[in-house]
Amino acid sequence: MKYIDEFREKSIVKNLASQISKFSGLQINLMEVCGTHTMAIFRSGIKQLLPQNINLISGPGCPVCVTSQSDIDSMLELASIKNLIIATFGDMLKVPGTKSSLEKIRSSGSDIRAVYSPLDALEIAKENKNKEVVFLAVGFETTAPIIASVVDDARRLKIKNFSVYCCHKLIPPAMAALLATREIKIHGFLCPGHVSSIIGTKAYQFIAKEFKIPCVISGFEPTDILETILMLLKQIAKNAASVEIQYKRAVRPEGNIPAQEMLKRVFLPCDADWRGLGIIPKSGLQLNPAYDKFDARLKFQIKPSKTTEPKNCLCGQVLRGVKTPVQCKLFAKACNPENPYGPCMVSSEGTCSAWYKYNR
Amino acid sequence: MCLAIPVKVVKIKGTLAEVDMSGVKRQADIRFLENIKPGDYILLHAGFAIEKINKKEARETLKLLKDIYYD
Amino acid sequence: MSQGHNEKILLAHGSGGKLTHCLLKELIFPAFSNPILEKAEDAAILDLKGKTAFTTDSFVVQPIFFPGGDIGKLAVCGTVNDLAMMGAKPLYLTAACIVEEGLEISVLERIIRSMAKAAQEAGVKIVGGDLKVVEKNACDKIFINTTGLGSIPKKVNISGGNARPGDIVIINGFIGEHAAAIMSARQDYKLKTSIKSDCASLNHLIAELLTKSNNIHVMRDPTRGGVATTLNEIAQQSNVEIQLEENQLPISDPVRGFCEILGIDPLYMANEGKVLIFVPEKDSRKVLSAMRKHPLGKKAQIIGKVFRSAAPRVLLRTSIGSTRIMDMLTGEQLPRIC
Repeated sequence: MKYIDEFREKSIVKNLASQISKFSGLQINLMEVCGTHTMAIFRSGIKQLLPQNINLISGPGCPVCVTSQSDIDSMLELASIKNLIIATFGDMLKVPGTKSSLEKIRSSGSDIRAVYSPLDALEIAKENKNKEVVFLAVGFETTAPIIASVVDDARRLKIKNFSVYCCHKLIPPAMAALLATREIKIHGFLCPGHVSSIIGTKAYQFIAKEFKIPCVISGFEPTDILETILMLLKQIAKNAASVEIQYKRAVRPEGNIPAQEMLKRVFLPCDADWRGLGIIPKSGLQLNPAYDKFDARLKFQIKPSKTTEPKNCLCGQVLRGVKTPVQCKLFAKACNPENPYGPCMVSSEGTCSAWYKYNR
Repeated sequence: MCLAIPVKVVKIKGTLAEVDMSGVKRQADIRFLENIKPGDYILLHAGFAIEKINKKEARETLKLLKDIYYD
Repeated sequence: MSQGHNEKILLAHGSGGKLTHCLLKELIFPAFSNPILEKAEDAAILDLKGKTAFTTDSFVVQPIFFPGGDIGKLAVCGTVNDLAMMGAKPLYLTAACIVEEGLEISVLERIIRSMAKAAQEAGVKIVGGDLKVVEKNACDKIFINTTGLGSIPKKVNISGGNARPGDIVIINGFIGEHAAAIMSARQDYKLKTSIKSDCASLNHLIAELLTKSNNIHVMRDPTRGGVATTLNEIAQQSNVEIQLEENQLPISDPVRGFCEILGIDPLYMANEGKVLIFVPEKDSRKVLSAMRKHPLGKKAQIIGKVFRSAAPRVLLRTSIGSTRIMDMLTGEQLPRIC
């Protein structure tokens, strides 16, 4: 597969690993904030190639994991409405709310469909004019412009039976909130490659300038991740802090302007409730009032509910990189992929799920 | 939140392209990109093309990985 | 058929009366054509000697016609394979069909003929069956339940509990083809592929392999849950560790591409024409070579090895040389955005 296989070559990986091993010594904490990076790291087994002093931490990069329990309960409320079809990315199906999940509700008759693209959800709306279709809009900056386009299409085509339940979130504000907690010392960030294809490098500059922490925008193949680590280590060794792009074949410094414009047209920043991090100002997206007709919250009058976190669940601290899954009392005992307590275990790239599958 | 795959553009019709990955085909919305031609590679995410693969940069990254990182 | 090809199955077709007999006489008996069936008794009388393998399975696949096969072919091949995996020579099958009212008779005909063809290719006789019709929406077009009987030669002892440290794990070809073909055909994700199900009866291939080696320890077809799940089952049964080599896994380019786009793993995808063979190292080359000479084994590969272990598990040595655990499949594999 072109532009994939070449970046998985074993000999290149070996070499990068050996270059990295020269940076032995002080403990270095590098954080990745992208669920796809978490998956890629675990699936390829990269951590085994790193020296002991280099610690790769998984941060809050899983948009499913950080969806608040209240939002999940609201999605379940929508799913219980008669003659309503829920269209969603597959990742959301098993996430537990307070009492149930989309997958469990489906087995009692709710029409819930996993789709690959929100465009397919719009098609479902066109084919089922006598039903309402709600798309669960979850994801970061990579996915938000896509939902924006589909909502814009729906408005242009005057499709009345389509709406989205929006809980998109933005990564740079979460990174800032994490740094502000000062809970752990982060020496460098692996920045999400595809989020950066959209937003470019500008949004990370404050981390380098104000917090003096190097950031490298990383691709997802093993050689990409290892090269990124090497670039971070080189900056750290020189006491430098700047934003670099490792993933040059897919990220431009300015990002993707048309996608950014689409985001601005359809969405407005708003405060958002991140599971484990609490409310982070201006870290979420809500629909611009011009698109009110497509806002499922308004259309179906969904009110946020008060929820309680499951007892002993450490998802929040795991998401902030403060604890590892094995430090949670529930991990691999009461909480496992068949019976998850919190989203970190449910999502295919949640930290606990990845640890359970690949690290036991 | 970032699963996007490099796929090859086969045909273009307006803002839609037919893309191919090892014989698997899908339609992709290319409204976010300009000057896309058949033969280009784009990153496919949830049915949209979010970026065009810069072939020159890809070649240079590989060259760097193969040459300069050897002792 | 005298009822006309545009006609549909009615509830009356399942009630045992004239319409049922019409279906049996005009479609089913001629298609499955054998003297035991045509006796039309309440049960088939068989004369079996020695150890007998006996299996049952149900088939509910959607869509019922897919690239590379259909529910009928799947029912026959799946049952034949269950028997063959035990080292048995498959002999007799039964097929009980539950049909949804309103299904076109021409569709039922197509499925029955497909079963007949598959049975003939496998060298088995369909000696009994049943047909029931249920109201619209009480089932999804057609469900098929089968049973199968086969005879096991005296010296053959094949079991999931027989894997031993040192055994080599071989598979006869590309993985994930069936699941990918079904997912493509369902069009939920709007991907166009030329991937075909690998649905096939493996008994002839297996008979050939059993002549080449008396030391085959385990044979199993990696159906639901894929290679990873099946290997986990065997690891548990035999209390061993199985190490897989990611670089050695035979995966076709289209299935690779399909999986990358959707973010799913071919090791968890169902196969319907594949067999995993565990054999001591000394016989592994012989078995591999014999597989590759057979049409259903051309892409056969050695994919792993068995080791002693305190706890049963399956490990994957990744393409970059690291090792990780390969667990059983939990739940459905769904396309992911992340």
